[in-house]
Amino acid sequence: MCLRFHILITAITAVVILMSYEYMATQQIRAGEYYSLILLGAVGMCLMSSAVELVLIFIALEISSISTYVLAGFRRRAAISSEASVKYFLLGSFATAFFLYGVALMFGATGSTGISVIAQSLRAGNTSTLAFAGIALMFVGLGFKVAAAPFHIWTPDVYEGAPAPVVALMSTGPKAAVFAVLLRVLFEINAPGRLGLIWVTAALSMTLGNLSALVQHNVKRLLAYSSIAHAGYLMMAYAALPANGIPAVMFYTATYAAMNVGAFAIVSHLAGAGERYVTIEDYAGLGRRSPLLAAALSIFLLSLIGIPMTGGFFAKFYVFSAAFQNSLTGLVIIGVLNSAIGAYYYLRLLVVMYMKEGGQEIPIAPTPLALHAALAISIAATLYLGILPGRVIEFASRSVRDLTQ
Amino acid sequence: MLHLSLFLIFGAICITGAINLLVQRHPINSALSLVVVMGSLAVEYLLLGAEFVAAVQVIVYAGAVMVLFVFVIMLLNAGEEEQTSGSRVAILFGIPGMIIGSVLLAWVLVARSGTGEVALGALPGSPRSIARLLFRDFLLPFEVTSVLVLIAIMGAVVLAARPEAVEHTKKEG
Repeated sequence: MCLRFHILITAITAVVILMSYEYMATQQIRAGEYYSLILLGAVGMCLMSSAVELVLIFIALEISSISTYVLAGFRRRAAISSEASVKYFLLGSFATAFFLYGVALMFGATGSTGISVIAQSLRAGNTSTLAFAGIALMFVGLGFKVAAAPFHIWTPDVYEGAPAPVVALMSTGPKAAVFAVLLRVLFEINAPGRLGLIWVTAALSMTLGNLSALVQHNVKRLLAYSSIAHAGYLMMAYAALPANGIPAVMFYTATYAAMNVGAFAIVSHLAGAGERYVTIEDYAGLGRRSPLLAAALSIFLLSLIGIPMTGGFFAKFYVFSAAFQNSLTGLVIIGVLNSAIGAYYYLRLLVVMYMKEGGQEIPIAPTPLALHAALAISIAATLYLGILPGRVIEFASRSVRDLTQ
Repeated sequence: MLHLSLFLIFGAICITGAINLLVQRHPINSALSLVVVMGSLAVEYLLLGAEFVAAVQVIVYAGAVMVLFVFVIMLLNAGEEEQTSGSRVAILFGIPGMIIGSVLLAWVLVARSGTGEVALGALPGSPRSIARLLFRDFLLPFEVTSVLVLIAIMGAVVLAARPEAVEHTKKEG
C-alpha cells in the first residue's frame, strides 16, 4: 500500500513541477524556495501514507500542511493569495489541533499510538467513549484536509487565491496521503461507528459541492467545488466492506489525481500573467484558438464527469459498486444523482470552449515542452486507467491483505 | 481528592487564561494571558508526575518564548502606551479571589494529613525515561521533526521577504 501511494505522490509532484516552470516565469515569481517547499512537502506526504504510528502521521501531516500553507501565499503581489494563505493556515492549524486531540484521546483509551495496537485493543472489545471521541476528532481533522463537507468552507477561497500549479498539488497530493491515513484509521483500526460518519460526510460533500459548483464563474472556484464533490464520492468507498472499499479508494485517488492535475495544468497555462484569465467566459472559443489544449481539457473534463473510456468512469463505478455491495443503496442513489448534476457544469465549460465565440481575443502563450510533458503524462494516465483498469485495480487489491489481517 | 481538585482548579485557570488571551484587545494583555496559560500548564504537568516536562515548560515556554513574544510586541507597538487606573476585572475579582485563595490554602493545610507524599523522581517522568522514549521508541518522529522545523523556517523566510519584482528575464514563450 505504501509503495502505491509513494508512486502516486511522486508522479503528482513531478507533473506539478513540470507545469510550474512556465507558470513561475510568467508570473515573475522568484522560485528558489518554491521547488524545495514542494519537494519537502512531498516527503511529508509520502511519510504520511506509509506511517503506522499516529505521532509520526501527525508530524508528517504538519510537514505537508505547512508547505502548502506557504505555497498558497506564493503570489506575493496578489492580495487574494495572501488571504488564501492566512485562511488556510488558521483553519488548517485548527483542524490539525482536532486531529491531535483525537490522537491524544485514542492514546488515553488504548494506551498506545501504534495503529496495530489500537486495532487489537478495539477488536478485543474496548469500546469506551474515549475511543469513539478519538475517532470522531481524528475524522474531523482529516476531513478538513480532504475538503469533505461540512469541513469544506476554506476550499474555494484558498483554491481561488493560491497559484494554479499549487492548487493542482494540494487538491491531489496531500489529499491522496490523507486518504491513505483514513484507510488506516477507518479500515485497519476498524473504527467503531464509521458508517454513520461516512454517510453524512459523503452525502453532504457530494450534494453541497455539486450544487455550489453550478453557479460558479471562476474556473478555479468551479474546480474547487468539484473537488469537494469528488471527495464525497471517494468517501463513499470508506463505507463499503474493506475488500471492495480499499481498492476503490486507491483507484479513485489515482484517477482523480491524473485528471485534476491535468485540468489545472491547462488552467495555469491559460491564466496568463497575474492570473487574469480564469473565468469561464475567458475559455470561450478555446476550441478554435488552441485546438490541442481544448482537446486535452475536454479529456480531463469528460473524465471528471465519468464518461466511459476515461479513468473517471471506472473510479466512480468501483466506488458505487463497493458501496452498493455493502447495501448502502441510499448513498449510491445520492451519488448517481449527484454525478448527473455534476455533468452539467463540466459540460457547460465544454460548450463554452467549443460553441461560443470569444468576445475579445485573449492571448495564448505557446506551450513549452515541460507543459507538453505534464499534459502527456496526465492524459496517458487518465486514458490508461479508463481503458485498462484491471492491472491497477489488481495492484491495489493486494494491499487489502496488509490492512485487514 | 486534593490532587484532583488542584488539577481542576489549574485547568480552569488555564482555560480562563486562554479565553482571556482571545478577548483582550491589547497584544501585551494577550501575551501576559499566555504566560498564565503556560504557567498553569506547567503545574498540570507537575500534578501528572511529569516534573521534567513541567520544568522545561517553565524554562522554555513561560521563560524564553514569552520573553521573545513580549519583546517583539514592544518593538512593533512602541509608543502605544496607555495609562489605566487598574482594570475593572481586578477590582471585581481581586478581593473574592484573595479570599477564595486563602480559604483554599487553609483547607489544604487542614486536610493535609490525608494526602500522601511523593518524592521527586518517584513518578515515571524523569529525564531518563523521557530520553528513552524520545531517542529509542519515538526516534523516527523525533528526527522527522527536524524536517518540519526546516520547512517552517523556510516558509517564514519566504513570507517575510519583500515581494520585490524579479528582474525581467523573460524567456521566449
